[in-house]
Amino acid sequence: MKAWNTWERVLLGLLVLLMVVFGISQPGFLSADTLADSTFNFSEKGLLALAIALLIVCGEIDLSIAAILALCSLAMGYSMRAGAGPGLIVLAALVTGCVAGAVNGVLVTRYKLPSIVVTIGTLSLYRGLALVALGDQSISGYPELFSTLGNAYLGEVIGQRWLVLPIEFVLLMVCAVAVGLFLHRTVVGRRIYAIGANPVAARFSGIEADRYRFLLFVFAGLMAALAAILLTGRIGSTRPNIAMGWELDAITMVILGGVAIEGGRGSIVGTMLAVLLLGLFTFGMGMANVTGIVMSMVIGLLLIVSMVLPRLLQRRPARA
Amino acid sequence: MKTLLHIRREWLLLAISACIALAVGLRAPVFLTWRNALDIANDSAILAILVMGQMLVLLTRGIDLSVASNLALTGMACALLGKAFPGVSIVVLIALALAVGALLGGLNGWLITGFDLPPIVVTLGTLSAYRGAIFVASKGAWISDQDIHLAIKGLPRAVWLGLPALVWFALLVLALAAIFLTLRKTGREIYALGGNPHAATYVGIPVQKRLRLVYTLSGALAGLAGLLWVGRYSIAYTELAAGYELTVVAACVIGGVSIGGGVGTVLGAALGVLFIGVVNGALPVIQVSPFWQQAISGAVILVSVALNARSERRSGRQILERQGAAA
Repeated sequence: MKAWNTWERVLLGLLVLLMVVFGISQPGFLSADTLADSTFNFSEKGLLALAIALLIVCGEIDLSIAAILALCSLAMGYSMRAGAGPGLIVLAALVTGCVAGAVNGVLVTRYKLPSIVVTIGTLSLYRGLALVALGDQSISGYPELFSTLGNAYLGEVIGQRWLVLPIEFVLLMVCAVAVGLFLHRTVVGRRIYAIGANPVAARFSGIEADRYRFLLFVFAGLMAALAAILLTGRIGSTRPNIAMGWELDAITMVILGGVAIEGGRGSIVGTMLAVLLLGLFTFGMGMANVTGIVMSMVIGLLLIVSMVLPRLLQRRPARA
Repeated sequence: MKTLLHIRREWLLLAISACIALAVGLRAPVFLTWRNALDIANDSAILAILVMGQMLVLLTRGIDLSVASNLALTGMACALLGKAFPGVSIVVLIALALAVGALLGGLNGWLITGFDLPPIVVTLGTLSAYRGAIFVASKGAWISDQDIHLAIKGLPRAVWLGLPALVWFALLVLALAAIFLTLRKTGREIYALGGNPHAATYVGIPVQKRLRLVYTLSGALAGLAGLLWVGRYSIAYTELAAGYELTVVAACVIGGVSIGGGVGTVLGAALGVLFIGVVNGALPVIQVSPFWQQAISGAVILVSVALNARSERRSGRQILERQGAAA
């Protein structure tokens, strides 16, 4: 339950190794501008990964999170068409995210359904609704503010040119620190571990497990909404297939970050290191002209190797 | 409501499917013709083959998310072989599809049992790995109609005894699965180990061996489905059937196969496939946007699991049970 453990050290080592390898092989990779640029690739996914990490630690999962993102983006589009200002557009996204997450939460807690099945169902349902509403159309023409939010650097906005930190990345970091402190430093965070490790014992020790589960699903919806605001702003349009398949990417980040899929183990530090590792890896491979699909193959292999290796290492002393 | 739930869910599902078919048939009589029924059967055949494999895995409390990638990779392998050796016979191609599929599925099984890993994570990894391997094997190129081997294209279009060959394949797989699961000792052991892994170990069921068997079979069926898919749509490319694994799981869940293991029948799963087939077939006929299909199947999944849950409520609610508990 510690935030800093062997696996986090391994990840940090890998991250340094990756920086060195790409730094030598790809000239210009280690410049501040390039690194800042690379964060656009994974900031939104990182937000989803934070919410998924909490859910998996608690013994649940949300496969519908990217579909919620699409619904939120849709809500932004419709509220804009209805003439809403930026504030109301943001509100529309957040409310949609909360409602979609709450639907998951109610189905899981009230009806006692396994979250993996529920969220496969809501994944089809939410993505399907986005498809029905938009078909092959798209919505664009968002206010300037959203484009700034998705594309600009913090330095530009506050007038300090040297500060090349994208606003998206700053938001991700703020959320990561908040979620990390919450999970590792508060009683409620402790309880989430307890629920994930042994739901029955947690219930008997007086933890209202279902209330926590419900709130975590709502939180996942909220994070999806935040990611939707950033992503919609960054690419400037809403399409029904926005963020398609991101749920698997986010889960890969979380698992690689050392969160056990059975629940009860893992840390936010590990998750964020894995987000950085995968994000920079993808970006560096992109600089080396590797196709996206080959990258996803390497990431798949990495996911398997990252699980097999620790078990092999554990096994060896036992045999000797 | 209570009496409704006492009826076996297979009959309920069949009745619902029939009602949809009749209702659509009233609006558009063309829906109730033999020809349309054949179309739906043809469309559902590949799904039915995949669902049988997935059901075996779900029965053991596992999940195989890599089936669609496996299907596409095997399909691509067959298409490449057919392109390179135009003289190769269909028997060799079918054997190749089964073998490649079984190999890929066996790899899943080996990783899961050999290292005690959760199936959902392993197959999530191989989902991307196999998908990328297609790109590597084909160098990103499409194999289109004129380069697909004639025998591969001919197989799904053949008609034997008045039924399309695809439907015969599906029926054969369904029959074999039913025999395997109800009449064979190994099949019963799969239910037993899904129902209670601890008890299964104590009564001497070789749990690890059965798990490997289940993933290999799921892979082999995905491979067969890959050959048929490439033949039916006469194209092979990297993104073939991407995302189809969720439809396969959905058909199982609608058909009453429990994700918690040990519960599910061949008949139920087949009706789950039929339901998806009828809905997919009906939407264009009544001029509803085909985009509704995904939303409807999502809603149906939720309703059917909610109905299931009333009859079999479990206390342990982890994402997927620890496989280690079985060992």
